[in-house]
Amino acid sequence: MGISRRKFLKVTSGIVGGGVAAELGILNVDTAAAAAKAGKVPIKSGRQIPSICPYCAVGCGQIVTVDDAGVIVDIQGNPDSPINQGTLCPKGAATLQLVKNEQRWSTVKYRAPGSDRWEEKPLDWAMSRIAELTKKTRDANFNEFQDMPDGKGGTIRKRVMNTYAIASLGGATMDNEWNYLHQKLMHALGVVYLENQARI
Amino acid sequence: MGSNMAECHPVAFRWPLKAKTDHGAVLMHVDPRFTRTSAACDVHVPIRAGSDIVFLGAIINHVINSRRWNEDPFYREFVVNYTNAATLVNPDFKGTEELDGVFSGLAPDGKSYANATWSYQRNPAPGKGKGGLGPFSDLLLQQLPGRPKTDPTMQDPHCVLQIIKRHYARYTPALVEKVCGCSAEQFTKVAQTMLENSGREKTANITYAVGWTQHTVGVQIIRAAAMLQALLGNIGRPGGGVLALRGHATIQGSTDIATLYHSLPAYLNMPDGRKKHDSLKDFILTEAGPLATSYWGNYPKFAVSYFKAQFGAAATAENDYGYDYHPKITGDHSHMPMMLDMGAGKIKGFFVMGQNPAVGGQNARLQRKALAKLDWMVVRDYFETETASFWRNSPEILSGELKPADIKTEVFFLPAAAVAEMEGSFTNTQRLLQQHDKAADPPGDARSDSWFTYHLGKRLQAMYRDSANPLDWGIKNLAWDYEPEAKEVAPWRIKDEPSAYRVLKEINGYTVADGKPLATFANLKEDGTTVCGAWIYTGVVPEEGKNNAARRKPDEWISPNWGFAWPANRHIMYNRASADSQGRPWSEAKKLILWDPDADSGTKDLSGNPVRGKWVAPSGEGIDFQPTKAPAMVGKDAALGFDWLSGNDAFIMRADGKAWLFAPAGLVDGPLPAHYEPYESPVANRVYRQQSNPVAKVWRTEGNVYHGVADPKYPIVVSTYRVTEHHLSGTMSRWLPWLAELMPELFCEVSPELAAEKGIRNAGYVTIVTARGEIEARALVTRRIKPFVLDGKKVHEIGLPWHWGWQGNAKGDVVNDLSAMVGDPNVSIHEGKVFTCDIRAGRKGGRS
Ligand code: SF4
Repeated sequence: MGISRRKFLKVTSGIVGGGVAAELGILNVDTAAAAAKAGKVPIKSGRQIPSICPYCAVGCGQIVTVDDAGVIVDIQGNPDSPINQGTLCPKGAATLQLVKNEQRWSTVKYRAPGSDRWEEKPLDWAMSRIAELTKKTRDANFNEFQDMPDGKGGTIRKRVMNTYAIASLGGATMDNEWNYLHQKLMHALGVVYLENQARI
Repeated sequence: MGSNMAECHPVAFRWPLKAKTDHGAVLMHVDPRFTRTSAACDVHVPIRAGSDIVFLGAIINHVINSRRWNEDPFYREFVVNYTNAATLVNPDFKGTEELDGVFSGLAPDGKSYANATWSYQRNPAPGKGKGGLGPFSDLLLQQLPGRPKTDPTMQDPHCVLQIIKRHYARYTPALVEKVCGCSAEQFTKVAQTMLENSGREKTANITYAVGWTQHTVGVQIIRAAAMLQALLGNIGRPGGGVLALRGHATIQGSTDIATLYHSLPAYLNMPDGRKKHDSLKDFILTEAGPLATSYWGNYPKFAVSYFKAQFGAAATAENDYGYDYHPKITGDHSHMPMMLDMGAGKIKGFFVMGQNPAVGGQNARLQRKALAKLDWMVVRDYFETETASFWRNSPEILSGELKPADIKTEVFFLPAAAVAEMEGSFTNTQRLLQQHDKAADPPGDARSDSWFTYHLGKRLQAMYRDSANPLDWGIKNLAWDYEPEAKEVAPWRIKDEPSAYRVLKEINGYTVADGKPLATFANLKEDGTTVCGAWIYTGVVPEEGKNNAARRKPDEWISPNWGFAWPANRHIMYNRASADSQGRPWSEAKKLILWDPDADSGTKDLSGNPVRGKWVAPSGEGIDFQPTKAPAMVGKDAALGFDWLSGNDAFIMRADGKAWLFAPAGLVDGPLPAHYEPYESPVANRVYRQQSNPVAKVWRTEGNVYHGVADPKYPIVVSTYRVTEHHLSGTMSRWLPWLAELMPELFCEVSPELAAEKGIRNAGYVTIVTARGEIEARALVTRRIKPFVLDGKKVHEIGLPWHWGWQGNAKGDVVNDLSAMVGDPNVSIHEGKVFTCDIRAGRKGGRS
């Protein structure tokens, strides 16, 4: 996994973590000793951009540090934030690894029907194909009217203007702006299977 | 209760800890497991998962029969003025006492309620209102009900307080012992501490998380807490309230600006083929009719402005603002039925963005198998999630049950930008919008989520541009222009990101004529002259170029200049209740807003003299009330919204202006919380003959088999939960080396007693089995978990964190393979917090 223990202890020192693993005896980490050894967290210098932790709904403020080449080099708690006053929990403190991560994919991957492998594809090709599939699926499965129960044991024909053939499931760590755009587009297409982690 | 705040919302937990160390607050944790939260609290009371309503109902019973509550005038003043305790209910209403566990109105098949008997007694309807308010408002004025009847002495047997007294009389400390499994002394300590710390000088808060929501009675558990807080005078006041600790960075935003099937943005309901929603007028009258005497009396403005936002110039009064072209729902299209319908082949195409149902979904195995039935699926994420790779290496593929060659799903993986790589806003669990700025471009072809949806929309609009088919009117006429200004994208490699500012401005709202942002939702109109995506967010962009979500001036208390709390920068909702019936703060210690009779209201009377008196907030807090309505003012009967509400109607979103101890409408499973056992329970219901929520959402289909009551094959209770170091299905944590190393492997918390019975060794493997699936985990034998003795019967409980899957750096079995799809009838949330299972020592398939 290529983890430098010294590195991870520095960042996570002084915060809850490792307890259960230690209790299981899996890691053999003496958390108290590690915390004592880790000392102060060095803060990298560079341009500082205010941000918000991408994980939970506490909404801790973060400062993203960018070096001269425009590369994100550090993400720390924002001391100005009245919510967290500079502190972060282990997830918030690990945010940098969400950005800089060898396993992160930065190209489009495509799996053809029946295939057993991914292929790399251009973004533009994928967007065209997705738009085409969306239109095709919608147009072939669009309902202008549907018979609905009339409450008296019979049915009544209602205009529903929807499609049941497309579904959308979103996460709840995605911007308000995305939520707005996405519900707008889905409603314009007639998509009613529109769901989000927010239900859970 | 229902929360492990220290581990799941760790940084927020600093604040209750500070209240304890600096202000002597008492912290109490009522939760099945002893966690780090319990360790930091003064009191921990373990209760069996799913018994919360018994515990809360018994506190209500304790409170309303206590001397303090009956003698201290504070409670009476709060409850009579601000709650519906004094309101008279339909004499035909029958509760669980009369009907042995159900309420009047249950359909003959026992699967749904008609709520006609839960209604208020009312005075005659008022004469017709004056009109001239607007085309839809004038119609609402014609159908107003009479004011509810009340008995301010609260002695009438049909008044809400008396109904509650009867309803909770059987919720005694002895019952708590039998159902919850804690001692009567432990219970009484909690009840008495809540009571003693609530009043004029002090407030008490109840905090919960998904430990309360993920039940077949989830909504009713939270309601029970809200009732208790209303009875104790703990709502609308600093330090009071019921605080939901939500799990994701903007899960609140995803609810407010709903990407949820049942809701339009800002809590307007989705047009529904099952209701009288045949035209915009029908939609507004059906939805707003019952609410028109609350602030929801402005529903016509919200709805028309939403349709204007949707269809722009194409939305006109003549075409009902495009209403006919907007889709209608026709049933429950929420997550669980969505996946079942997908499994049945009804759904062909699927967008999965930032979620991982292959791990996170209930009965996850069934959800994965549903993915194999799709024609196409688009996944947007950072890493190759289990959902993205289901066709390649899921347990079903590895076992040979499914073969890649047989899976026809065309899968696209589109890489996503990280939060630090895009500009936008999140709404946290306090309803606070906070802006994050863009620090760098995302790598390669990674793009923001907004980019994806925006460009998909642009491409589709181009494809439909020449369509003359009226079915395509909606997408053709969608107002879809969020092109960035040159300066917004100048620093970046990626030049075609949509303008986050323009999106937020539309959410905020603006006037059609000049495109100027609306400073407040009071400026919205129902005549098509305003555009507004989500009225509750109005004020976040109060003027051109100003983004209140990006305000970053903290202070020592409410920090009104840090971000933007919807609505209208009000941090504590219903804060009219922070002052007494005369508008004076209840106490100096709990001062928040107050009525200043001498202040210039900014308005003039008919003879041109300035009108004195307005609500003020020394802290800078937004006032959640009509700013110039004097406490003694009596609302008009033939009026909508604020005009109907009186000076003591603090709960401005309720049609009667009161906090609802009894819910005459809005819930499908009863007007009062009653204890039902979880759908899968080791015991019979000791409170009523009715075993479980009669109207719970149940899906009896292949692969979603339920266990029986006290099923001998599955005698153990299991709760699923989270740990600090991982996030939900793990897509944002299991790939991170630091977090993966901190919490590398799935484990199962087991009590020493259960371990001894089953021969389970600490750190050894265990296999957990349900009718849905089988998983293995390492055993964590710990005294943090204890068996419960319920009326002489020993019941074991185990705990399983559910973050793991087969991808990433930290791998483990999918815990949600164990759970069933069963849900709360109000909101279709699942019951992942409690179901039954069996456990044995050793690995899956008999390995050791
Ligand atoms: S740092 Fe931790 S507590 Fe704060 S928002 Fe992030 S995940 Fe939540």
